[in-house]
This record gives sequence, structure tokens and C-alpha cells, in this order.
Amino acid sequence: MKISKESVYEKQGYRLHILPSKKYKTVSIVAKLKAPLKREGITERALLPNVLQKATNNHPNVRALQSALENLYGTGFSSDGTKKGENHVLSFRMEVVNEAYLTNQEPILEKAMQIFSDVLFNPKVEQGGFDEAIVNREKQTLEQKIKSIKDDKMSYANMRLIDHMCEDEPYALHVHGYLEDFPAINAESLYEYYQGMIDRDLLDVYIIGDIEEKEMEKLADQFFSRSRSENKDNHQDSVASGKRKVNEVIEKEDVNQGKLHIGYRTNIKFGDDDYFALQVFNGIFGGFPSSKLFMNVREKHSLAYYAASRFESHKGLLLVFSGVDPKDFDQAKSIILEQMEAMKSGDFSDAQVSESMEQVINQLQETMDHANGLIEVLYHQMLSGVSIPAKEIIENVRKVKKEDVIKVAEKIELDTVYFLTSQKGGEE
Amino acid sequence: MEELVYKQLNESVFQETMDNGLKVFLLSKPEMAKTYGIFTTNYGSIDQTFTPIGKEEKVSVPEGIAHFLEHKLFEKEDRDVFQDFTKLGASANAFTSFTKTAYLFSATSQIEKNVDTLLDFVQEPYFSKESVDKEKGIIAQEIRMYDDQPDWRAFFGTIQSMYDKHPVKVDIAGTVDSIQEITKDDLYTCYETFYHPSNMVLFVAGNINPEEMMDQIRTNQSNKEFKEIPEIDRFYPEESSSVAKAEDSIKMPVTTAKAMIGVKEDVSSLNGEELLRAELLSGMILDFYFSRSGEFYEELYKDDLIDDSFQFETELDRQFGFTILGGDTRKPDELADRVKKMLHLLRERKISEEDFTRMKRKKIGQFMRALNSLEFIANQFTHYHTLGVDLFDVLPVIESLTTADADKYVEHWIKEERISVFKVLPQDS
Repeated sequence: MKISKESVYEKQGYRLHILPSKKYKTVSIVAKLKAPLKREGITERALLPNVLQKATNNHPNVRALQSALENLYGTGFSSDGTKKGENHVLSFRMEVVNEAYLTNQEPILEKAMQIFSDVLFNPKVEQGGFDEAIVNREKQTLEQKIKSIKDDKMSYANMRLIDHMCEDEPYALHVHGYLEDFPAINAESLYEYYQGMIDRDLLDVYIIGDIEEKEMEKLADQFFSRSRSENKDNHQDSVASGKRKVNEVIEKEDVNQGKLHIGYRTNIKFGDDDYFALQVFNGIFGGFPSSKLFMNVREKHSLAYYAASRFESHKGLLLVFSGVDPKDFDQAKSIILEQMEAMKSGDFSDAQVSESMEQVINQLQETMDHANGLIEVLYHQMLSGVSIPAKEIIENVRKVKKEDVIKVAEKIELDTVYFLTSQKGGEE
Repeated sequence: MEELVYKQLNESVFQETMDNGLKVFLLSKPEMAKTYGIFTTNYGSIDQTFTPIGKEEKVSVPEGIAHFLEHKLFEKEDRDVFQDFTKLGASANAFTSFTKTAYLFSATSQIEKNVDTLLDFVQEPYFSKESVDKEKGIIAQEIRMYDDQPDWRAFFGTIQSMYDKHPVKVDIAGTVDSIQEITKDDLYTCYETFYHPSNMVLFVAGNINPEEMMDQIRTNQSNKEFKEIPEIDRFYPEESSSVAKAEDSIKMPVTTAKAMIGVKEDVSSLNGEELLRAELLSGMILDFYFSRSGEFYEELYKDDLIDDSFQFETELDRQFGFTILGGDTRKPDELADRVKKMLHLLRERKISEEDFTRMKRKKIGQFMRALNSLEFIANQFTHYHTLGVDLFDVLPVIESLTTADADKYVEHWIKEERISVFKVLPQDS
């Protein structure tokens, strides 16, 4: 296996990560801005990436900006906001074709990075605020997006589960923002938030591709340096919830299929010794098509098309999700809960442990083949303050024994059962 | 084994046709940890009426059977094939489209065994009454899941407005009712007709040694027996070039309405490179007007008729083709009217040399970016191969396109009778 080696540099106001790799025909550049996940300013933060990507002082409208990117061989540029535990991370991602593959080898990378830098640091500003028309239009777009979350039932059910489960914790905050904040947001106030963000947030820049390291460092300095001298971390550790009794929530909507989502607390985070065993646990429990959830809910009882689990490693959650007929709620729920009991009582074989191990390793290696996947793995490690080379992760996963998986299962606590069902709720 | 070299892209594809007719393509990328293999039959949801192998009379099979068969190939008398891949540290999956059914794995170790597993499980069917009945519940939930997805309903609703008789209008998974009719014997009939090696393509891309891999595949195939079969007879109903319905809508529990504008494409005269050129040109023209750099996009956006969900795509395949534009909107009727007018305007507009060059550069870059993905290379190569196109010719073909080609393309493209509008409206509207 070939894994790109990461060089990390503390720079003027940002941290630079360079990964030379011959895997790609493109160069990927990702900038990540991190702040504690907070109710205050969350809607501004949701709005900002969309406003920033619309206009800069050099390309004062969407068409000019997009045309410039198209001329640079369709350079891709996108952004999003996500939760990493109880931190709010804005990512800006750019992908530029490597000049070496173009018929007439033009210097497009530098021009693309100039646009990247403009979007972050040189947005279109007039009279101490963003372009008012852009801000108003983006508010409308975000409003529509917030209202449409309900239309995607799987994400909606997932959001509602977290709403109930993490009620008193920052983790329940919605990174897409809140409609009630809209009236107070205007071109000036948003610009003010932006200035604070650029001043305070932790900035990490990743560059991956078939690139010369020194040259990249020079380009990065030209485009990502910030005036502040320190790039200080502002990490917010997750708040653990006090133990309470299991919550069961049933909500009704006009749906054909019910969405059964179950939340557990793993009490394990990235960087903990038993994190590797948690990965193996999840593989056996619900991570892969060979897992207990898939085999029992789908294959044995034909109750669902999908039944799976995933874990959140900064917050310490394990989430189960499945789509079942409204009338099958009780049966599906008890099958899922039984699978967890089976994990706790060690009702799985050593062979399953080693199969899950291989699957986890395979998944990790595949993820690291993709530029964005690799960046996520590395960023994730950096946030946890635990940097483990891929080789070591794999060795650690291989060391996991059945009793380690049982110990993990014993630490996992059921928190909330959420069911989004039809109006009739299965009573025909 | 033959090597096709694409110098500018620094790629090579090794190809060989096995004695039984199976086409094999291999692409080596030693820098990758991963290997991806996909085994595809040129058989999909639209192939509902055909003459079964060894029979004289044509038959029509229940809707959704190609997809049902895809599910059932994973189950054997004694085991589930997912477990075989799991034991080999691989992940496996499959999908069914209008014209293809494909089985795939990706893995970072034990590649030889995974390739044999892929070939063997697809080439050794086992269907029983019990397992067929059991699958009906699972697929019913899959269909229900799609029933709740407004984007899927909008996409399919648009196709159903455009097409009157052609089976492209039938949901790929069938309906909860139609799948009840499927029997074990139906599955065997379809399997024996469409899963003959001469109707299939294997593509393996990634961390492989092409010579050794080809030897292994040759050995695997020579150990199996297949009768020679004649060309498969498939039947499709006569379909008008006009749309079935100029307008249609459904109501669903959505917060925001959707409006989709469909253009029924005429693919009857397109073959190989012409099809590729048509696909590229329509993509570039739509991009020019309707992507975020476009004049029409800007108008629609400023007038609050569209948001970031606005999308467009052109799909041209054997037997059918369509272009669909649309997305979430507060004013579905107005959006539909405006887009229709804009489509009609295309004929009167000209794209300048400078702008056309920009669109070409964009297409070239998008294609290069896509080549980072083993999945894209293998899937798209296979898709194009069945249509008589070489994926890596995309680059020289884009470079050869001119504004005159674009002008000629728009001249015949948009006709009122080929346009459908389909809306998804909130329940209480």
C-alpha cells in the first residue's frame, strides 16, 4: 500500500498540509475553518459559504466567477458546513486539473488558487457590507433549504433523532441554521460575522496531488497567509449527557415507509484505546452487508431494504437506521435491540471478528485512495490531537480480539428510539 | 491480449475477447491501494419482451424482473455471496439500470480470489421458490423507500410523461404488485437469455498486473461451458417521437414544489460516435445557458424561480433518450413556462467562439477529474463500449467540436411536441 506522506507546516496565520501523490490527474486544495459549535452565529455561518462563493472584488458576480473557473478547465469549487463533534467546520474544496495532462500546458493552478484566496479573503464588499442583493437571495435559498429538509425522510429522521437524543447538548444544533435568525441578518451584520470568523477561526489548508512541495509551499504562502500571527486552536470538547432513562419518540408524517432510527452512546471517542475495537464492533453489528443488522432485519425477516449502523467518533454516538413498513415497528425494533444484546453477550465468532477487521482495513485503504477521503482522515486525527500513521491504525485494528469487542459492546448504552411513521402508524 | 495506449492521459487498457464471447478490459493503476471490478450484462429494465434462448415465441416478463434477478443472484443454495466477499475483505454491490445489470466489488487485498468470486457467482445461478418469495418483502420496502423520495418521483414522472408505450417508463424496480408475479422459472428464463458471456463485459481497474489477471480470467472462463447462442431478439413497442403528455403532476407531502421539463430525444439514427457527439454537445449547450455561469440560469435565479437544486442532464442510450431540466421552485408553472421558452430560443442564439472554447475546456476538465475514479472509468467505459464508443476517445472528440457543430445541433433539437412538463406539488396546494 502506498500512502502519501503528509508534511505539516505552521505558517503565518494558517497550518499547511502538503501531500505529494501520483494517484491523481488533479490537484485538490481544501481549506477548513473551525469554530466551536454554538447557537449564536450559527445561521450566519450556514449562510456564509454560499455568499462567499458568489462574488469577489475581482469577479463581482456569479457569472464572472463561474466563467473564470470554467476557463481554468472546469475547476471544481464547492463548500459545506459540518459538525465534527461539537465543532462547526466550514470546508472549501477546489479541484484543478494537473497542468501536465493538458495539451498546451497552461499555468492554471496559480490562477485557480488566486480565486480560492479571493473567495476566502477578498469577497465583494461595498460600503462596509456584502452585496445586499446576493445576501438577500442567499437568505431565500437557505430558507427554502431549511424548509425542504423534511422532504428527505432519511435525513429528516436522523435530524429528529439527534434533536431528541442530544436535546441539552450543542451537538443538537442545526448547522444549516434557524429561520428565526433571518430577520436580524443583513449584508452588514453578515460581513461583521465574516470578519470575526476570518480573524478567529482555526485555518487548515490541505494540498494533494502530483506536485512539487517547495513550489506548493510558496503558492500557499502567497494565497493563504493571514495577518494574525498565531493560528490558535479553539477546540470545544464534547459535553457528555447525564445518564437518563431511554427515550422513545414516535412522530407521524405522510409517508409510505417508516424510518426507524436508534441512537446509542458509545462512550468511546477517537484517540481512546478501544476506538479500534469499536470499529470492529460496528462492522459486526451493522457496518457491512455481512452484519447482524443486515442479516437479521433484512435477510432473515425481510422487513427492510436497508438496516445499518454508523458511529460518530468525536461525539461518541452509534446510530442505527432502517426503513420498515409502519406495521413492523415493534418487530424491527426488538430485532435490532436483540442484536445489540447478542453483541454484549459475545454471540459472534472469532471468524466474524477477523472478517470485520479486514473490512474495516479495506474501507480505510479505499477512503485514503481518494484525495478528499484522505484529507478527512487526516483532519479528523488532527482535531482529536492524536496522530496515528495509517500503518499503525491497521496494526491496531488487527490486534483487536473478541473480548475487546465484547467490552466495547458493554460500554454502549441505548439512548433514544425514534420512529417516523405514517399517519395511521401501521393500524390498517 | 491487446493493449490500447492513450498517451496524453498516460493510461493503457488491455482487452481480450474470451472464446465464449466475454469481453474483458483491464486497466492497471499501481499507485492505488484499491482494485475495482465490475461485471455487466447488457440487460436492463427495458428488456421486458424477448425470444427466450431455444424458444420460437416471444414472451413478456413481469415489470421489475431484471432488478429482482440482480438481488437473487447473490443468494446461493448454501450461502449469501455477500459473505464470500466479506471473508475476502472486499465490499460488493450491484445495480440495475434501464439497459444494464452490473455486479461489482472493490478490495485492497486478495484481488485474484475476488475476481473469481465475482465471475463465479454471476455465472452460477441458484433460484428457489422460497428465496424468490422471501425477496418480495425486501424489494417492496426498496420500492416504498423510492416512493417517499420526491426527486425520484419527479424524475420518473417526467419520463412517464414523455413516453407512452416504451418500457423506459416503467420503474426499474417494478411495482409492489408486479413483483408478486415473478417466479423462479421467470428468473431462469431471463438469466439464460441475457447472462450469456457474449452479452457481457468484465472491467477490472486498479492495483493489478494485467498479464497475470488476463491469464486467470481466461482459465476461469475456459473451465465453464456455455452453449453458443444466436443474437438475442428483443422487442420494443413502436414509440411516437412526440411526448405522451405535454403536462402532468402529482401531489406529495413536500414543502417545496418541483417543476421538471423533459425533452424526448430522438436516438433512432444515432450510433457510436454520433451518440457521443450528441451527448457532449447537448451537455455543453445546456451548460452554457443553464449552469451557474449561464445567462438563463442568472435570469431564473434572480427571479426567484430556481435555487441550488436546479439541475439538468441528458441521457442517450440504446432505444431511448431524454433531457431533463428542473428542480425545487416556489412557482412551478412559471418556471416551466420560462424554461420552455428558453429552450425554444436556443435555435435563434449563437454561442461565440470564445464561449464555446470555455465550454470545451470545462468538459475536458470535468472528464479529467472523473478519471481519478476507478469506478467512473470502469462503469463509463463499459457503458460506452456497449454503445460502440471508446471512453478515452471522449477527449479527442471534445477537442474536435466546433461552433458549427453546436449550431447544427440546436437546429433540430427543440420541438414543442417533444417537450413535457412534470410537477410535484405540495399536498395542500
